[in-house]
Amino acid sequence: MIVLVGILVVVAGFATRRNPLLVVGAAGILTGLLGGLSPMKVLEVFGTGFASSRSVTLFAVALPVIGLLERHGLQEQARTLMNRLAKVSAGRLLAVYLVIRQLTAALGLTALGGPAQAVRPMIAPMAEAAAERRHGTLTDKTRERLRSFASSADTVGLFFGEDCFLAIGSILLITGFVNATYHTNLEPVQLALWAVPTAICATLVHGTRLLRLDRSLARDLPATGTAARRVMEDTK
Amino acid sequence: MIKVEWLYWLVGAVFLAMAAQMAADRSNPRRYGSAAFWGLLGASFVYGTWVADKSAPAAPLGAAVLAMICLAGFGLTGRGTPATTTPAQRAASAARLGSRLFIPALTLPLVALACATLLKGVHLGGGLLLQSGSETLLGLGVGAIVALAVALLLTRERNPAVALHAGRGLLEAMGWSLLLPQLLAVLGSIFQSAGVGTQVGKLTTHFLPDGSKYAAVVLYCLGMALFTVVMGNAFAAFPVMTAAIGWPVLITQLHGNPPVVLAVGMLAGFCGTLATPMAANFNLVPAALLELKDQYGPIKAQLPTAGVLLGCNIAIMSLFAF
Repeated sequence: MIVLVGILVVVAGFATRRNPLLVVGAAGILTGLLGGLSPMKVLEVFGTGFASSRSVTLFAVALPVIGLLERHGLQEQARTLMNRLAKVSAGRLLAVYLVIRQLTAALGLTALGGPAQAVRPMIAPMAEAAAERRHGTLTDKTRERLRSFASSADTVGLFFGEDCFLAIGSILLITGFVNATYHTNLEPVQLALWAVPTAICATLVHGTRLLRLDRSLARDLPATGTAARRVMEDTK
Repeated sequence: MIKVEWLYWLVGAVFLAMAAQMAADRSNPRRYGSAAFWGLLGASFVYGTWVADKSAPAAPLGAAVLAMICLAGFGLTGRGTPATTTPAQRAASAARLGSRLFIPALTLPLVALACATLLKGVHLGGGLLLQSGSETLLGLGVGAIVALAVALLLTRERNPAVALHAGRGLLEAMGWSLLLPQLLAVLGSIFQSAGVGTQVGKLTTHFLPDGSKYAAVVLYCLGMALFTVVMGNAFAAFPVMTAAIGWPVLITQLHGNPPVVLAVGMLAGFCGTLATPMAANFNLVPAALLELKDQYGPIKAQLPTAGVLLGCNIAIMSLFAF
């Protein structure tokens, strides 16, 4: 029963925001020693564990090509393409971004989005501009809500897209962990395939909520500004 | 036959080359610490070949892993500012190349997928072309090389060292967190050799009604989500919950299909990540970047989605794993 102390170390270490590498190292050493392994044996377990889980870090092999493309404007081009969406409503814009984020993440292009690269400079301002076009000046509360949803579209899209890519950290962690621990021979491609049903659910669930955002904005904000003027002109 | 160990040597060589670049990079205040960390990682990748086939002692590799943990854990690594293009140059290059920039990025997954499916089991000169059981990983390596060649042609970059340099920029930006998933896998195997799985398994079978697979599915998915909420990291929750319930109960006892159980279990953890302030980089940092007054704004926007998706994961695992 005492070997379970290692789990407590992991939970407490991550929960108190210690450096994750130190937490994992300490939990590993402690668990090994409490499990009755000699110090030399603990070193050996670290070594064999590392050797048989090298596949987890293999995604680093893709860094040079991604770095080269970013050097030549990959993110700028993604931004240009997104700008073509400037005319749609806020909810639709975010729903489209959610799908694009999922699809690009599923191809391993996780760095195309992100709060710093895409949401702050591009997605949140575009969503706000779209809402202002329709509803006039936004209240502080609706602006906050809109920005929060812009951030959520990015995060949900990433989480439930990236696992469909066979060479992402989480998939390689699963195969590396079970193949090293239980001596099986699971292939990343099988796991990536089984991430697809949840990815579809995520598109449907979060996409619907983003589309409904337009309706809740219309409820909170009476149509004013250009939209109201257009309505008045129409009735004339 | 193309062997997966060759790929590990390639990655090890890339790390070693980047470490050499780092040692010479005066813009990095801790350049020797960084170079030592990535150099050790590169060397460990190569040395691991002989540990894996048991022809070399494992203890030196274990010592190297602990040295890497200490180097990064005690803040002895840093990052430089690798020379790169200016925003204006990037915009000009994007205007010139347009969406063709996506071609190399798409090449990588397509080649990887082709190797994993079409070239699997293909014979060449009396032997298998790709080592059996590692087709996907080899596909990733082949895909990265082909994609790099396509990218060099497309951007008319004559010097492959530029790509290595650009990749190092990304590597330094990710820093030691790049190694965390692998260390968690190592921790999982230590848990296993110390008998943690059997201990937790005894506890869970004590609490679980006999053979009730739906209760076990709910427990595994909820446990993944809750542990992730507490730790802020689904990767850290995965070895714990899988050693406790996922493998011994769902797969060994109840004969669940491993890919379904494990892939969906990880995604149940991601539902926890959506809902926790502990995952600061995904939830609190965006709030700060977007200058929100309510730092929990993104979490509130994600909470209903996370709840529904957790239910979806439980349903998907119950339906397809057995």
